[in-house]
Amino acid sequence: MANYEPWDERRGGEIIAAHAGREGATIPILHALQEAFGCVPAAAVPLIAERLNLTRAEVHGIVSFYHDFRSQPPGRHVLKLCRAEACQSLGADSLAAHVRSRLGVDWHGTTPDGAVTLEPVFCLGLCAIGPSALLDDRPLARLDPGSLEAALESAP
Amino acid sequence: MTRVFVPRDAAALALGADAVAGALAGHAAITRTGSRGLFWLEPMIEVETPQGRIAYGPVAARDVPELLGAGMLNGDPHRLRLGRPEELPFLARQTRFTFARCGITDPLSLDDYQAHGGLQGLRRALQLVPMRIVEELTKSGLRGRGGAGFPTGIKWKTTAEASGEQKYIVCNADEGDSGTYADRMLMEGDPFALIEGMVIAAIAVGASKGFVYTRSEYPHAIAAFNAALAIARRAGVLGADVLGSGQAFDIDQRVGAGAYVCGEETSLLDSLEGKRGQVRAKPPLPAHRGLFSKPTVVNNVITLASVPFVLAEGAETYQGIGYGRSRGTMPIQLAGNVKHAGLFEAGFGLTLGEIVNDIGGGTGSGRPVRAVQVGGPLGAYFPPALFDTPFDYEAFAAKDGLIGHGGVVVFDDTVDLAAQARFAMEFCSVESCGKCTPCRIGSVRGVEVIDRIMAGDRVDMHLELLTDLCHTMKFGSLCALGGFIPYPVMSALTHFPEDFRTPQKVAA
Repeated sequence: MANYEPWDERRGGEIIAAHAGREGATIPILHALQEAFGCVPAAAVPLIAERLNLTRAEVHGIVSFYHDFRSQPPGRHVLKLCRAEACQSLGADSLAAHVRSRLGVDWHGTTPDGAVTLEPVFCLGLCAIGPSALLDDRPLARLDPGSLEAALESAP
Repeated sequence: MTRVFVPRDAAALALGADAVAGALAGHAAITRTGSRGLFWLEPMIEVETPQGRIAYGPVAARDVPELLGAGMLNGDPHRLRLGRPEELPFLARQTRFTFARCGITDPLSLDDYQAHGGLQGLRRALQLVPMRIVEELTKSGLRGRGGAGFPTGIKWKTTAEASGEQKYIVCNADEGDSGTYADRMLMEGDPFALIEGMVIAAIAVGASKGFVYTRSEYPHAIAAFNAALAIARRAGVLGADVLGSGQAFDIDQRVGAGAYVCGEETSLLDSLEGKRGQVRAKPPLPAHRGLFSKPTVVNNVITLASVPFVLAEGAETYQGIGYGRSRGTMPIQLAGNVKHAGLFEAGFGLTLGEIVNDIGGGTGSGRPVRAVQVGGPLGAYFPPALFDTPFDYEAFAAKDGLIGHGGVVVFDDTVDLAAQARFAMEFCSVESCGKCTPCRIGSVRGVEVIDRIMAGDRVDMHLELLTDLCHTMKFGSLCALGGFIPYPVMSALTHFPEDFRTPQKVAA
C-alpha cells in the first residue's frame, strides 16, 4: 500500500530534473512521477516536454502508449489479476468474473470506498501456479474466489 | 546451526516461502536461494546434511514444528521428505547448463557464484581476442532464446564488425509470453550469470554500456537484479576496469511499462530511447543501427546467461547436445493445467508428448489433455495428434507453430478453442503498437468476426473471412505480434474446427 503525495509542481519538477540527464529519460521519469503521485498527472506533461525538449503531444503520446501509466491515483491497493493463457487454463476467466462482480468494478476501476483498483495483467511469470495475481507487490498463486477474498481482506 | 535453504523466487513467495523462513528462524541458519523450478513442490526447502542436501516439500509454515520434531535438521524421515533433490526424477532427467546454479546458490553471493563455476567463462574470455569469443559462440550453435532463434554468433559478429565508437549490449528481459518464466527465475535465482554473459558480449563486440529492459510485472526480478548489479560493481566485475582487464563496461536496468510489444527488439529499443514502443522496419538491423542509432546487440536473458557456460566449458560441449540445427539446451517451462509444472532444461529434441505426458504428468485437473499452446500468445495450439513433434525450431515451424521462448501451456478438455482464438485477437488489439494497419485494425476485426462465428452467424462465410484476415495480418505486419497472431487463431481453426461450429455459442 502506497502513500501518494498530492501533485505539487515544484516537487514534480525536482523528480523530472533528477532523471532528465539519463539516456532515454522519459520512461524513468514517468515511473518516478507515478511512484510519487500514484499517477502521471496531466499537469506534469508540459513540464516533461519542456525539460526534454519534446512537444506536449509527443509526451502525451508516450504516456498514453504504456498501460502502466495512470491519469488518476489508484485505490489504497492495486490488484493485478492475470488474464493470460496459462492462468486461463486454470480458471482465470471465471475468477476474474467473480472478482469484478464482487468488487463491483470493471477492469481499471476503483471500488467506491477507494480500497482496491483492479487491473488486468498479461502474465506475471507465475504460470506454473495459476491463477495468479499481484496484490501491490505481493505475489498470489493458485487463487480461487475464497483465497483471493481472504487476501484482499487481510491487506492492511 | 544447521543450514537450511529456502527459496525466495517470486513463485515460492506466492506459495508462502517467507512464512516458512520465518518459522525456521532461530532453529536453523537460513540461506535464501532461487527456485529449483519444481513448482508443485514449492516451497521446497533443503537441509544441509553430511549426506548432502535433503529436500522437503511442499512445506507450509504450519508444518515446520512437526518437521523439526521429526528430525528434519538431520535429514530424518517425514511425509514431506523428498530425499536428495538431484535424484528427483524431474531434476535427474535434466541437463542443466544455464540453470546449473539456480535454486542451489545464494543469488546475491558472488563468492557462492564463483564457488559454483561462476566467472570462469568471463576469465577465459578475457584471455581471448574478441573475434575468438565470437567464433566460440558461433561454433556453439547457440540461437536466440527469446523466440526468433537467430544464431547468436552471427549477431555478435555483425555488431563487432560495425563501425562506431559507442556500441551497446541490450538484454531483453521483457518476458511477456504467457507460460514463460525462465528469465524471471534466472534474474531472481542466478543474476550474476546474466551479468557475466553481458560482460562477455561487451568484450566480444567492443561495447562499454549495457541495458537490461525488465518488465514492470516482475518486481522481484527487478529488485534482485539491481542488488546483483550493485554487488558486481563493488567487486569490479562491472565498472571502469572489468576484473583488471582495462575494459570498461557497466549495466543499467530499465523497467518497462506494461506494453507487451516492447518484447519485440526494435520496439524495445524505441522504448529504451524514451519513445512510444513502436516497431521499426528492418533494415537497418539493430546490429548496425540499434539503440540511439549505434551498433547494438539485443539478446534475450537466457541467451546471454547461456554464454558463460559456452566460454567456460567450450563450444563443443554445448554444441554436443541438441537436435538438428537446434543446439544446446532449452529451458522448457511447463505451465498451466499440468501436474508437474516447472522448469525443465534439456537438450532440444524431446517430443511434445514426452514433455507434456512423461515429464509434465498430464493435466493437473486429471482430465484429458486437449490442447497445448507452445511459445506464448503468438504460438500455435497443438492437439495430442501432433505430440510426436520434436521440440526444435524447425520441426515446430514445419507444423505451423513455434517454440518461442519455450513456454508450454497445457489445457484440459474443458477448453474452448474458439474462445482462445478470440482471446488471441483481443490480446493483439490491446497490445498492437499501431504501426501496421493489418495488426492494429485487423485484430479488432478479428474479434468481431470470431464473435459472429461463435454466434452462429453465416459461419462458412465468416470462417473464410477470418482465414483471409489471418493471411493479411501474417504477411502485412512488420513484427511477430501481428505477424504471428494467426498461429494461435489458425491452429485453433485447423485442429479444433468443431469448436467453431457449435450453434448459437455466446461470446465469453
